[in-house]
Amino acid sequence: MKAVFNNFTDATLAHRWWFLGGVLLVVGALSLGVPRVGITSDHFVLFSDDNPQLQTFEQFEDTYVETNRVLIAVAPTEGTIYTREALAFIEYLTEEAWLVPHATRVDSLVNFDHSEAIDGDLFVAPLVESATELTDSEVERIQDIAQNSRELVDRLVSQDGSIAAVVINFVFPEQRDAAVLAVTDYLQTFVSAAQEEYDGFDLYMTGDVVLQRTFYDATQADMFTLIPIVFLVIVVLTFALLRSLFATLVVTLLVVCTINTTMGLAGWLSVVLNPVTAGIPVIVMTLAIADSIHIVTSTLANMRDGMEKRPAIKAAIHSNVFPVTVTSVTTALAFLTLNASDSPPFHILGNFVAFGVIMALLLSFTLLPALLAVLPLKALAKKEKTRAPFERLSNFVISRRYWLLGGGVVVILVTVSGVFRLEFTDNWTQYFDERYKFRTDSDYIAENLTGLESWEFSLDSGQDGGVTDTEFLVQVDAFSSWLREQSEVGYVQTFTDTMKRLNMNMNNDDESFYRLPDDSTLAAQYLLLYEFSLPFGRDLTDQIDIAKAATRVTATAKEGMTADELKAVAARAEEWLRANSPEIATETTGFTIVFAHLSERNIDSMLLATVIAMGMISVLLIILLKSLTIGFISLLPNYVPAVLTFGVWGHFVGTVGLAGSVMTAIAFGIIVDDTTHFLSKYQLARRRGETPQEAVRFTFDRVGRALWTTTIVLACGFIVFSLSGFAVTWMLGMMLTITVIFALIADFLFLPPLLIAIDRRKI
Amino acid sequence: MKKFASSLAIVSLLGLVFPPLVHAETEEEAVAKGLEIAQTAQDVKKGFGNYIAKQIMVLKDRKGRESKRELRVQILEVEEQGDRILFLFEEPRDVRGTALLIHSNEDQPDDQWFFLPATNRVTRLNSAGQSKSFMGSEFSYEDMNPPEISKFTYKYLRDETCEDLNCTVSERVPVSKGSNYSRQLVWHDDEAYRVWKIEYYDRRGDHLKTLTVSDYEQYLDEYWFAQTMVMTNHVNGKSTTLNWSEFEFRVDLDEDDFTQTSLRRTR
Repeated sequence: MKAVFNNFTDATLAHRWWFLGGVLLVVGALSLGVPRVGITSDHFVLFSDDNPQLQTFEQFEDTYVETNRVLIAVAPTEGTIYTREALAFIEYLTEEAWLVPHATRVDSLVNFDHSEAIDGDLFVAPLVESATELTDSEVERIQDIAQNSRELVDRLVSQDGSIAAVVINFVFPEQRDAAVLAVTDYLQTFVSAAQEEYDGFDLYMTGDVVLQRTFYDATQADMFTLIPIVFLVIVVLTFALLRSLFATLVVTLLVVCTINTTMGLAGWLSVVLNPVTAGIPVIVMTLAIADSIHIVTSTLANMRDGMEKRPAIKAAIHSNVFPVTVTSVTTALAFLTLNASDSPPFHILGNFVAFGVIMALLLSFTLLPALLAVLPLKALAKKEKTRAPFERLSNFVISRRYWLLGGGVVVILVTVSGVFRLEFTDNWTQYFDERYKFRTDSDYIAENLTGLESWEFSLDSGQDGGVTDTEFLVQVDAFSSWLREQSEVGYVQTFTDTMKRLNMNMNNDDESFYRLPDDSTLAAQYLLLYEFSLPFGRDLTDQIDIAKAATRVTATAKEGMTADELKAVAARAEEWLRANSPEIATETTGFTIVFAHLSERNIDSMLLATVIAMGMISVLLIILLKSLTIGFISLLPNYVPAVLTFGVWGHFVGTVGLAGSVMTAIAFGIIVDDTTHFLSKYQLARRRGETPQEAVRFTFDRVGRALWTTTIVLACGFIVFSLSGFAVTWMLGMMLTITVIFALIADFLFLPPLLIAIDRRKI
Repeated sequence: MKKFASSLAIVSLLGLVFPPLVHAETEEEAVAKGLEIAQTAQDVKKGFGNYIAKQIMVLKDRKGRESKRELRVQILEVEEQGDRILFLFEEPRDVRGTALLIHSNEDQPDDQWFFLPATNRVTRLNSAGQSKSFMGSEFSYEDMNPPEISKFTYKYLRDETCEDLNCTVSERVPVSKGSNYSRQLVWHDDEAYRVWKIEYYDRRGDHLKTLTVSDYEQYLDEYWFAQTMVMTNHVNGKSTTLNWSEFEFRVDLDEDDFTQTSLRRTR
């Protein structure tokens, strides 16, 4: 095997031009796919097709209406919305909103269908008409009606009347991505034009359509800002470490080739990027650089020691082939476990990073030696041994080993306690940080106007036309009232309110008739009457299914709730239904609930996969290190850093989402490299008959600097990742940065004392 | 090739010089022809007196799920005024006997009354008229009522075959701002000025709905009435089908059968 590889390296060097040309041709061909990589705004890519919450939600949307919404909040800089000017502005927005592409329905207090009885006649009309011509008393009347309407307050007007909302609903064609872009682009111009034309109003915008646009923008922003930064960091770091222009050029070229083939393949396979997969290039670059740095460093060192260039390259390849292959394979394995995630973007991320890592490995043994052979490398001048700091470190570690071991255990225990403070949550409103207007606008609207998270219930009477059955209506009403009593619930939308209002209207607006009709036939006829008065573009199906068998109840959450709190309310509601109205008991659904379960589902799916991957890699280490004891000891520095990171996170941040579910698997694949390097050198020394102390000293001498530099590179790469404004990405970047630093600390300060304490083998 | 290119250049040059003239003439003609078609189509429908018929309304959602209603419809022509229309529900059972009476008016919103048998009361319904949905279906009131000629401007566009007949396609643009449409395209046949298809374009100018009309039958040797009308909404994927049958013409109906008091008697 070794002979074959040696022959291969010889061939690479002898036919270097052919190799260069050949490899670059393959790289070039794959790279042509790069422009074919698309970007998506579809936030549902985060969910697998068989996600049960998503399936329930899709069924729900099929029964009622698709939820594609944009909410524009109108806040007069002074006073309330009950002035001629403000109402006229809202009227203008309501009218013009119909012109937004794909808009199918617009709601505001202006076109709210107000019904009232006057002298036995039923009047149904938009609440505001020709706002500029309203008299003061008419404005007062509007205020009176709006602020007392259960159907408006906390939904289309704020409780204090200082803000109003215009809600636009959309039905999108097949080409969703293009439609989302068209709608949001249009709205952007629309809103700024409106603000220019009418003075004295602040406008805010949120809704799932805006979220989707932000999803797209964030992907693009991460691609176009993070990649150049990482690239720059890599070039600077490489130069700082290698101190050779040509060597830096070689490493840079290799990184460029790796990234181009990886993204090129993605393009050829028609991969569409989202904020999660936008991380592929950054991660691949960060990981790809390590291989080539190791080989180039060895080559330069060999030349410095007086070797000719070609033998120097060959020797460098030879000494690195084993560790570089092992570390690449373990890293790739760890990333491949992401396929177990319930969230498809992580499959793509895992597979392409794994591909990139293997690509970097292959290029390191083909393109890299050929490049080194053709470029004019110069041996560096001999420098004084720079091992002094690591020698001092090893002395320190050995002499203070009991303190370090004891201290280490204490630190681990204290830190790990933070894990219990961790809360897993995914809130779509909090996916993006304040640099995105979507986030600041959403926060403002949630705080001042209406909650954005909601629970949806589809209550089924079990028979066609059953929604008007009085027994059923009473149950729906009781459930709606129960929801209203919950401290977490803000606004509740239920059809029973419409029924009550109609009953009151039909009884000359006598308030004592604001109750459900007590006859099913009457209720059915009220429902038909309601249909008589529906405005254009509206039918019942946003509230009642087409067979009139089921109706929908929507409860809006108050601001700032975590996934756990949202799920708890959902569970309580389901329990209430089971206990009080078992015939109509149902599952909670909605956009919010689908997201609330995302982390949990992912953790469940990743947990087993992570354990299996860890097991496989540990077995691999035991085989490679040829020692069960050492293999078991290796588990500690491999696992502890990720756990510590969760601990630190629990203490200082508290909540973690999707990133947390995949962090362990990714971190494990990366930090296992350090341990492998450390333990293989330690084993080497021990087998030569050295004592554990001597072996530790030898190990520090040999790999101390290498581990130090790769950790710096990894930490710098991942910290750039944490510059993203997308929560999953920045959390992942931050956690990985912390983990690689912990890993280095564990390898330097905790593993050696542990080895000395436990390794009593006589060799 | 070069010759072709140069003649093309001359043609487009001519176009540059003369378009206003050429255009204005055809435009005027097109407008006149469009109006004439609309007027004739309106005229040939007048004079049937009254009729009763059965209407089955089938609402279909984008998944193909259906809901059905059965109504009896009475229509009376009143000269110099709008038609009187009475919708009487027969199915589903729980709304049987519910009635909606409409007096359509030429220049002002229609008058509407409804009768709910469960309350045994007639109530006048004042709602902002034409832009309403028609009972939650894909039709709106303005789609249902024969449009007043004066409410649109017309323009003839082209000839086309439809259902083995020669049809004219004209465009009509609503005059009032209250309409939900920016324009409509109407297919009339040459033979009897029957409407076969109408395309509705929303305020953005996007194609929103298409009405297809079929199964015409001639009554009283003169009047053509369609048995099937399908309104398809291209945006939300829903549709509404109206099936007409059991037409009876010139029955014993007069204005007294279309009053508030008569509403109570409808059962």
